[in-house]
Amino acid sequence: MKTKQRLGKYWLYIPLVLMTIFYLLPLYIILITGFKSFAEIDLKTMWDLPRGIAFDNYIEAYAKLSPSLWNSFKMVIPAALISSMLGSINGYVLAKWKFRGADVIFPFILFGMFIPYQSILIPLVQFMNIVGITGLPGLALAHIIYGIPITTLTFRNYYASLPQELLEAAKIDGADMIGIYRYILLPISMPSFVVVLIWQFTSAWNDFLFAVVLTGNTDWPITVALNNMAGSQIISWNVQMAGSLLAALPTLLVYIFLGRYFLRGLLAGSLKG
Amino acid sequence: MQSLNPFLITQFKARQTMFRDKDRYLNILLISPSILAILIFVYAFIGWSVRVSLSKWKGLTADYTWNGIKNYLDLFADPRFQIDIRNTLIFTVVFVFGSISLGLILAVMLDQGLKGESFFRSLFLFPMAISYIVTGVVWRWLMNPATGSRTSGLNLLFSNIGLDFLVNKWHTTPVWGIAAIALAAIWQMSGYTMALYLAGLRAIPEELKEAARIDGASEVQIYRHIMLPLLSPVTLSALIILGHMSLKVFDLIVAVAGKQLPLDVPAIYMWQITFDGLFYGRGAAVGILLLISIAALIIPYIHHTLKTEAEQ
Repeated sequence: MKTKQRLGKYWLYIPLVLMTIFYLLPLYIILITGFKSFAEIDLKTMWDLPRGIAFDNYIEAYAKLSPSLWNSFKMVIPAALISSMLGSINGYVLAKWKFRGADVIFPFILFGMFIPYQSILIPLVQFMNIVGITGLPGLALAHIIYGIPITTLTFRNYYASLPQELLEAAKIDGADMIGIYRYILLPISMPSFVVVLIWQFTSAWNDFLFAVVLTGNTDWPITVALNNMAGSQIISWNVQMAGSLLAALPTLLVYIFLGRYFLRGLLAGSLKG
Repeated sequence: MQSLNPFLITQFKARQTMFRDKDRYLNILLISPSILAILIFVYAFIGWSVRVSLSKWKGLTADYTWNGIKNYLDLFADPRFQIDIRNTLIFTVVFVFGSISLGLILAVMLDQGLKGESFFRSLFLFPMAISYIVTGVVWRWLMNPATGSRTSGLNLLFSNIGLDFLVNKWHTTPVWGIAAIALAAIWQMSGYTMALYLAGLRAIPEELKEAARIDGASEVQIYRHIMLPLLSPVTLSALIILGHMSLKVFDLIVAVAGKQLPLDVPAIYMWQITFDGLFYGRGAAVGILLLISIAALIIPYIHHTLKTEAEQ
């Protein structure tokens, strides 16, 4: 009976393999094109495997994109760290130290993660120019602030799931609000920190809209630089493919090694964490 | 606690209240920087945008001369904006329907306890980690519409393997070109709906399926009549999340096709008319219209989610 059921399920591998091909097709093109030598590059043979492994495309793409890659790292790391820290504190207050009106404020914070940024773009650019925070620091600041809703949400949900007795016991022992956070909650928050850091890293790394309006060509992050490279007629498509892999690699590696946490961030983004 | 003398208890309570009072201000103090930031960067900026949208501002220097709702009226009269609305509608329908049905099918297939399930799951989800720009740059070459000896990309693949009937003009197809962009978006986002549905399927107790099997229901019937109705809250979430994403779609189109009128959407229109055309008043009006349409989806959703959470 059991074997029969198993056998009956084997046909499912046919659609699953077809779907695998669909999902891997763009990756296949990126990889094989990237490893072809310049001599092999021809649109007619774009689906053929490379004859050997050459790094021409990666060398040229890296030469063009490396400043923007570093710009991205410089902007994304502080942005992810600071907005995660803020989210943790906010989540702690909103889950365990509610003040009057906290339940009213929370949805107002949440709404901030869904707004189309086109509706705040003009004031954002004006404001950053007035206060003089432009370029990469301005971009990092934007990611910190617009990241607050989702980081707050993730930590609030996590802290709310912890039993109230944990806090009561610490209070009787004389711990105050900061002490409870520092010595009890923070040490057990690391998985949530990983989720939120990955999420913020990925979304700030992948952002294009803020980057394109807040930075100029010396501090372009990778998405803007790659898009401009793809739009130019001079740079051939094989170099663009290699550049795409360079741009995708950091977040892809995070996904490969920390995929479980990535998924949790993803579900939190739909308010379903 | 009972052995403590009354004086000590009073002292203890006083100490506790003292903490509460101190902490009451402290909690507000701790959260206030974030609240202030959201207040300014979300709500004050929205107000500011509304004001710009009601002004005559055109050009590099700010001009807040009152213009009433003229920017909005001009917008609706603009043929370009009508193309935007049509494109958004086509994109939304193809993208939302495609991602939801593909995500559901993948989730149900992966829910069968097959070997290699986690491999397939990771594989279908990996595009989510990549930026729309990278996706767009790659799909731009996959969907290359060139013909004759310059045929390449998927069209070349199709004709190589004898599927010539699939060869098409992709995003350069008149009117429906935007659906090709939606295809790339489905590639990117269907793993996400799959993850939502898998989480939903896993939450359904096994006994329910077992009971139906004992009653003689077939696997198909179980999915059709038991699982699917139980998944409707997931479908609703997916509809709203994907729907609001399609209203915002921007980078993917820019990366595939640049700023081309046939593939224009409100987000690109806003960006271009404001930062290239310096027509701030009208750009702000587009932003506000986008905000209103998204708020109409999202506000009931947040309200509903938090209400359900509070009831639990």
